[in-house]
Amino acid sequence: MCYNIKCFIKFEKIYVVKVLVCINSVPDTTSKINFTDNKEYDSTNIQFVINPNDEFGLTRAIWLKEKQNATVDVINVGQSQSDKLLKKCLAIGADNAYRVNIEAINGEMVADEIINFIKSKNHYDLIIAGRESIDYNGGMVAGFIASKLNFPFVTNCVGLKIENNIAYLTREIDGGRENIKCNLPIVVGSQKGLVEESDLKIPNMRGIMLASKKEIKVLGPSKYVSSSKIIRFEKPSEKKEIKMISPDNLDELIDILQNKVKVI
Amino acid sequence: MSVLVFIETENGLLKKNFSQIASYGVALSKKLGVKCIAIAFNTDDCEKLSEFGITEFTVFNSGHKFFDCLNYVNIICNFLLENHCKILVTSSSADSKYIGPLIANKWDGHYAPNVVEIPSTDKNFVVKQSCYTNKAFSYTEIYKERIVIGVSNNSFMPVKEKSDCKVKFENLKDRIKTIEVLSVDKFTGRKTIADADIVVSGGRGLKGPENWYLIEDLAEVLGAATACSKPISDMGWRTHDEHVGQTGKPVSSKLYIAIGISGAIQHVAGIAKSKVKVVINNDPEAPFFKSADFGIVGDAFDVVPKLIQKLNEFKSSS
Ligand SMILES: Cc1cc2nc3c(=O)[nH]c(=O)nc-3n(C[C@H](O)[C@H](O)[C@H](O)COP(=O)(O)OP(=O)(O)OC[C@H]3O[C@@H](n4cnc5c(N)ncnc54)[C@H](O)[C@@H]3O)c2cc1C
Ligand SMILES: Nc1ncnc2c1ncn2[C@@H]1O[C@H](COP(=O)(O)O)[C@@H](O)[C@H]1O
Repeated sequence: MCYNIKCFIKFEKIYVVKVLVCINSVPDTTSKINFTDNKEYDSTNIQFVINPNDEFGLTRAIWLKEKQNATVDVINVGQSQSDKLLKKCLAIGADNAYRVNIEAINGEMVADEIINFIKSKNHYDLIIAGRESIDYNGGMVAGFIASKLNFPFVTNCVGLKIENNIAYLTREIDGGRENIKCNLPIVVGSQKGLVEESDLKIPNMRGIMLASKKEIKVLGPSKYVSSSKIIRFEKPSEKKEIKMISPDNLDELIDILQNKVKVI
Repeated sequence: MSVLVFIETENGLLKKNFSQIASYGVALSKKLGVKCIAIAFNTDDCEKLSEFGITEFTVFNSGHKFFDCLNYVNIICNFLLENHCKILVTSSSADSKYIGPLIANKWDGHYAPNVVEIPSTDKNFVVKQSCYTNKAFSYTEIYKERIVIGVSNNSFMPVKEKSDCKVKFENLKDRIKTIEVLSVDKFTGRKTIADADIVVSGGRGLKGPENWYLIEDLAEVLGAATACSKPISDMGWRTHDEHVGQTGKPVSSKLYIAIGISGAIQHVAGIAKSKVKVVINNDPEAPFFKSADFGIVGDAFDVVPKLIQKLNEFKSSS
């Protein structure tokens, strides 16, 4: 009995944080990248996966749900191919999944659609998006959302704790780490290190069953005028031949590095 | 109208990449027929920019020793407006990628990261950017008047050019404190992957963390940074910030030496921008040999100590 009361008091003190995680669908990392006529990305035989940086963020969000009672919603801007990935998010433990039904053409547009969605809901305390997508490597959606909502933004995030409406974050910088304190609401750019690889969740049977009963809420897009357009792609030129050097002739390697290619 | 270059500083000194970024800005400003000016925070390291063609340099004292994101964004946005700038040039460092999109949005500009060349301006403004983790390039037409460019590391070489550079100092008055940096932990004494000209990297072929002296000793003679493949940091042999590849850090050094790394596609994608790649692996069939410039088939435990010894001899004789 006594224990229960304590438990109750503890729960009361913890503010229920509302989390939104942005989920991008990207080609699996082993994919060979091809283009049709150098104009369009060729997705034949390509398997799409959750952008790895988003998966780290989602896993941290689910941790907040399990430990601090947070609610976790996920959103994708994209077409029905993304539904499979959103189902996976639900199976891992997300409460609601939303999809804005339009092809994502650039970061600014994705940010605009997500902001529209956020404004249509009451409020999120914590918005998590990946540091960058591994497809276009834009690295701008998270920053744009923060800037447009006028929320503070911390990216390259490798540590995130929430206590009484305050976020304690660790940001990876070139050659070190910064420890940061910031009031909610906030936008966070997630990456590896926010949780360990081994903590990534694999949907279990129960999760899959629960997810199969939940619906993905599909929303209509807003009108968007693009300020840029990709006009063509190009693949890097094929590599020239490799030069093999005998392990017994390391002088040759040193000579080449010093005098020929001049890098040491 | 002018091109503004954001110069990063660290402990009061200009960061090493300043000459690349300044030269990029100057080259672009010449193409557009405008002047190139620069902005930085918390430094009095002001002489160097006059060797790279910058004509005006404004330094803000922000009254805060850490990277002060929101204040920097506000100051730079105001500065861009006051000076009627059309283009802001930034680098591809963690800090530049942090503030780039924030400035672009506030200033109502387009953000173009990972730019590898001077844009073409014949008809429309077109930038070439690396995408799909260096597996491809895209050409993007930009219709906005204002553009924030993030120059990809080591894709533009510094060009020396003397100029008469006027330096101005300003103070930030009302500092906003929404994001408060409490402390910074620096990996002291270590060269960072982002900054280094040479990177020495180890993989599972090294068998265990106790053998990392091979990587560290080789890095030491070369003045290089150390790195590793993903499984190495997953297993906790090395810290996460050393993991390179598609899901880790990108490497764009002059020389990359991979030891006991098989060359999986996710690893190779992340180092595509390194100029010269040397691979040491005991398996002649290792996929890495397909994308390297120089290869040695041999046992790391035999080759690396010999290489360290030779380099030491070579250093003491030169
Ligand atoms: C979604 C996803 C993302 C990934 N992202 C990344 C990433 O960003 N970066 C990354 O690195 N990996 C990444 N990987 C993992 C990648 O697929 C490979 O598993 C990994 O790069 C292999 O690491 P390795 O080369 O160290 O180990 P291994 O593949 O085990 O290779 C070890 C090599 O060492 C050689 N060797 C063994 N003994 C010796 C010796 N005595 N001397 C010399 N050579 C020796 C072997 O011949 C072999 O080639 C990712 C995988 C996935 C699924
Ligand atoms: N189409 C999308 N739908 C939902 N979230 C997205 C989408 N594209 C990008 N994001 C989010 O924004 C992050 C950064 O993406 P980017 O700016 O494209 O590098 C990703 O890691 C996702 O969290």
